[in-house]
Amino acid sequence: MALTKQATDMISPAEEHLNSVDRGHPARLPIAALILGGLSCIGMLASIWLIFFYTPIDALQGVTQRIFYFHVPTAWTGMLGFVVMTVASIVYLIKPDERLDWIARASGEVGAVFLTFLLITGSLWGKPIWGAWWVWDPKLTAALILWFMFIGYLMLRSYMGRTPESARVGAVWSIVGVIDVPIIYFSVLWWRGQHPGPQITSDGGLPPAAVLTLMVSLATFTLLYCFLMVLVYQLQRLQTQAQRLHAIVE
Amino acid sequence: MRIFLLHVMAILWKDIRYELRSRQTWLGMGMFVLLVLVIFNFTFDLRVDNVSAVAPGVLWIAFIFASLLGLGRTLAAEREQHSMDRLLLCPVDRKAIYLAKLLGNLLFIGVVEIVALPIYALLFNVPLPAALLLIVLLGTLGIATIGTLFSVMAAATHARELLLPILVFPLIVPVVISVVRATQQLMAPTVNEPPWIGLLIAFDVIFLSISMLTFQYVVEE
Repeated sequence: MALTKQATDMISPAEEHLNSVDRGHPARLPIAALILGGLSCIGMLASIWLIFFYTPIDALQGVTQRIFYFHVPTAWTGMLGFVVMTVASIVYLIKPDERLDWIARASGEVGAVFLTFLLITGSLWGKPIWGAWWVWDPKLTAALILWFMFIGYLMLRSYMGRTPESARVGAVWSIVGVIDVPIIYFSVLWWRGQHPGPQITSDGGLPPAAVLTLMVSLATFTLLYCFLMVLVYQLQRLQTQAQRLHAIVE
Repeated sequence: MRIFLLHVMAILWKDIRYELRSRQTWLGMGMFVLLVLVIFNFTFDLRVDNVSAVAPGVLWIAFIFASLLGLGRTLAAEREQHSMDRLLLCPVDRKAIYLAKLLGNLLFIGVVEIVALPIYALLFNVPLPAALLLIVLLGTLGIATIGTLFSVMAAATHARELLLPILVFPLIVPVVISVVRATQQLMAPTVNEPPWIGLLIAFDVIFLSISMLTFQYVVEE
């Protein structure tokens, strides 16, 4: 009797990794998704109104400068995504819970999308202002390398599948990445130091209206990031369950 | 500590013996470096006035591609023989395995580089100062540190030859910038140059530590 009780009480190392749903609890509809979605929608409408109607037109750059209010928040959310991915991964290494892995993968996907927008909006802004789609100055180069980090993470996770090894490898990748990107920024800064690139006139001397617009825009994009995170997290959960069901059926 | 070093030496010696017996990869890498150096002669119009601007870049592209080839090959050989699984069964510290793999890769790429350097000096008519060897060593250490860690990661996938450059190239950007600028400094010194050797040393120390600490998570099944 004692032996059977022990056997059923023990969670095997393979199962320790499993989440609560696979241990038998039913799934729940995320109210958070609805709330965050609604807030992001309102915030985005407010931001668009502020950006296009409320903020004064920039004296030097003209109307093109308004991209700034989309560009800076996407940079912020992209970097936030990378940090969330790394923190979730590190905690996963310490205590392997696949929910942390889902957070990391979700953050990787959402962050990659935001970073792609960053590069696109940056190029669109750069062409009229600098006359070039791309310059190799430190910020842009570091952003490009960060983008490669995200893409590398997604490719690596995709190729390795949904296994604990894949999660650990992803964790190591993001740890190496989070330390390397600042080093890359500084090495490019040193390299380009003698050839000063074009300056993005941003935070120096913004009027209060512009600061307000920027803050609202930042908050909106952060809400959007959280909303997308909840959705992609659910997607990761469902994909993992689907894979498990496939394995049982086959 | 002594046992740790013994383990490192044992694994390293195994890898060296394996390579000495097969000899395939060294010849291939050597020819590859030579061919890259020759091809660059046709892509760039090298004259005496622009050689210090172009030649260091050419040298380092050749070395980087040769390093990636070498890293991919050594680990493919390992996977074919399943020797990594057997190695993991032994009660050896994972850091020792990493260090041995790193030293093996370094030795490997280093031999190819030492052969390539005189040929480079010959083909491009540039001098070979002794300080260049230090730059080559530090740069190769940086590339090999990152590359050894990621070659283990990429080896678990099917598209390993494709994935390894994708993983390694973004991370070695500081190394590439530093070694090329340091080599240019040797050939044509300028004033107020940032401390590239310092950056290389810092990079090597930081990523050697991180790789040694995280290798156990990458390699365990």
